[in-house]
Amino acid sequence: MKYLMLKHYRGAPASVNDVPMDQWTPEEVDAHVQYMRDFAVRLQGTGEFVDSQALTPGGAWVQYGGEGRAPVTDGPFAETKDLIAGWMVIDVESWERAVELAGELSAAPGAGGKPIHEWLEVRPFLTETSKFNE
Amino acid sequence: MNESLLRELVPAVIGVLVRRGADFASAEDAVQEALIRALEVWPDDPPHDPKAWLVAAAWRKFIDATRAETSRRGRELAVQIEPPTGEVPATDDTLRLYFLCAHPILPESSAVALTLRAVGGLTTRQIATAYLIPEATMAQRISRAKRKITGLSLDQPGDLGTVLRVLYLVFNEGYGGDVDLAAEAIRLTRQLVALTDEPEVAGLLALMLLHHARRASRTGPGGRLVPLAEQDRSCWDTAVIAEGVAILQAALARDRLGEYQAQAAIAALHADAPTAAETDWVQIVEWYDELLRLTGSPVVRLNRAVALGEADGPQAGLAALADVSPDLPRYAAVSAHLRERAGDLEQAADLYAEAARAAASVPERDHLSRQAARVRQILRPH
Repeated sequence: MKYLMLKHYRGAPASVNDVPMDQWTPEEVDAHVQYMRDFAVRLQGTGEFVDSQALTPGGAWVQYGGEGRAPVTDGPFAETKDLIAGWMVIDVESWERAVELAGELSAAPGAGGKPIHEWLEVRPFLTETSKFNE
Repeated sequence: MNESLLRELVPAVIGVLVRRGADFASAEDAVQEALIRALEVWPDDPPHDPKAWLVAAAWRKFIDATRAETSRRGRELAVQIEPPTGEVPATDDTLRLYFLCAHPILPESSAVALTLRAVGGLTTRQIATAYLIPEATMAQRISRAKRKITGLSLDQPGDLGTVLRVLYLVFNEGYGGDVDLAAEAIRLTRQLVALTDEPEVAGLLALMLLHHARRASRTGPGGRLVPLAEQDRSCWDTAVIAEGVAILQAALARDRLGEYQAQAAIAALHADAPTAAETDWVQIVEWYDELLRLTGSPVVRLNRAVALGEADGPQAGLAALADVSPDLPRYAAVSAHLRERAGDLEQAADLYAEAARAAASVPERDHLSRQAARVRQILRPH
C-alpha cells in the first residue's frame, strides 16, 4: 500500500518546536538535513521508499483562459494559502506502519537539536486496478 | 527467444544449486544474474540446452560471489568448485520454493516479490516496474525477505494457504509494466496444481481462469469499469471458461470443499449465464452460504447480501445487509445498489457519492461517481 507523507510550509497546525529554520544555527540545519537524508536511505534499505521531492514556495495559480486566450495566472500565493513544501511516498504493509514512519519523520531535529514535532499529512493512494467482485 | 520458457527454468536451476551445497539466498542471487545474462545473450546466441546453460552460468556466478566473499573474510573456500554429479528430481525442489518464498513469517508484499523472482523467474526490474516502485527499493525488499528466511531449510513443509493467497494477490494486480501479472499468476498456479494433490489449488486455478476469461469485458473505453450486468458477454473467452469449469468440477468431485472452490463455483455460475437476467442467483446465494460457513468473512457476508438482493429482491438484500458492518469497504456501494433497486433513488444517489469517496481504486471511484451522477440525473425534474 502506498502512502503520501506531505510536508507543509504553511497550513499545518503549529509544531511543538516551532522556530523557523532561518533562526537555527548552521549546525542545526546540517543535523536536520542529515536526518532527512538518513531517513530516506533507511527506507530504501527496508524496501519501503518510493519517491521524495521538495517544492519551492514560489509558483502561481493557473487557469484555462478560454478559447484562443492565454491561460490566466494569479500569484504569488497569498499568505493564507495552505502551501505544500514537499513529500515522501512510501510503500508499506499497513496504515499503522505508515503512521509509525510519519512519526519518525516528524521527529527530525530543529532548533536546539530538539525534535520539531511537525504535523505531517499522511494520505493513502488510490490503486490503479480494481479487484474482482461479483 | 521464448522468455516464458526461460522463466520456467528458474526454480529448477535454483534447486540444482541448493542441492550442490549453495545456500538459498546466494543460489537465488546467482540464478537472477544468470537470468539477466541469458536475456541479453540468448536472442543472438540461443543455447542448445537452455537448462544446462543456465545451471552452468548460475554456478559460475555463485562460485565467483563465494570466492569474493571468502577472500574478503580471509577464509577458506567452503564449497567445492566442481559440482557433485547426479541430478535430483526438480519437481520437489520447485514445490519447496513456493513454500519458502511465501513463508508465513514474510510480509505479504515481500512474499509476492520473492515468489515472482525465485519461482516466477522475473527480474527485479520487471517486478519493480509492475508494482511502481524504484528498482533499488525492490532489490532491498527481496534481500531483506531472503535474510528473514535464512536458516529455514528448504525441506520443511510449508503453508499452502499462504502460497495460494500470495498467488491470488499477484493475479489481482493484473497488468503492470511489460509483464502480465495475471497470466503469470495463472502459470504459477497451473504449475502448482501439477506439483500438489490439493483440490483447493485446482479451485484457485479455476477461479483465476474464470475471471481471466472475462477480463476484457470488465473495462470499457478509457479504462472505464463495466459492471457485470452490462458486460458484453460475446467477448468472454469460452474456451478458457470451459477449462475453468472442467478443472472446478474435477476438484469439487473430490469432496473437499474450500474457499477457492466455492468462489470459483460462483464465478462459474456467472460465466455460465448467457445473459445477466438468466443468472442463477438462487444457486449463487447457496454458494455464498457455503463460503460464509468456510470463512466467516465479513466481505463474504456483504457479497451475499448483493446475491440475495438479486435472488429474493432488494428488500431481502437490505435485510441481509443489517448483519454486515458498515465499516467495510464497499458497504456504501452495495447499500446504494440495493436502495436504487428498491426505488429509493434519493438515498441511493447519496450513498453512491459516499461510496465514491470511500473507494480504494481509481476505476471504482470513477464508476461510483458516474453512478451517483446517473441516479441524480433521473431525479432531476425535466
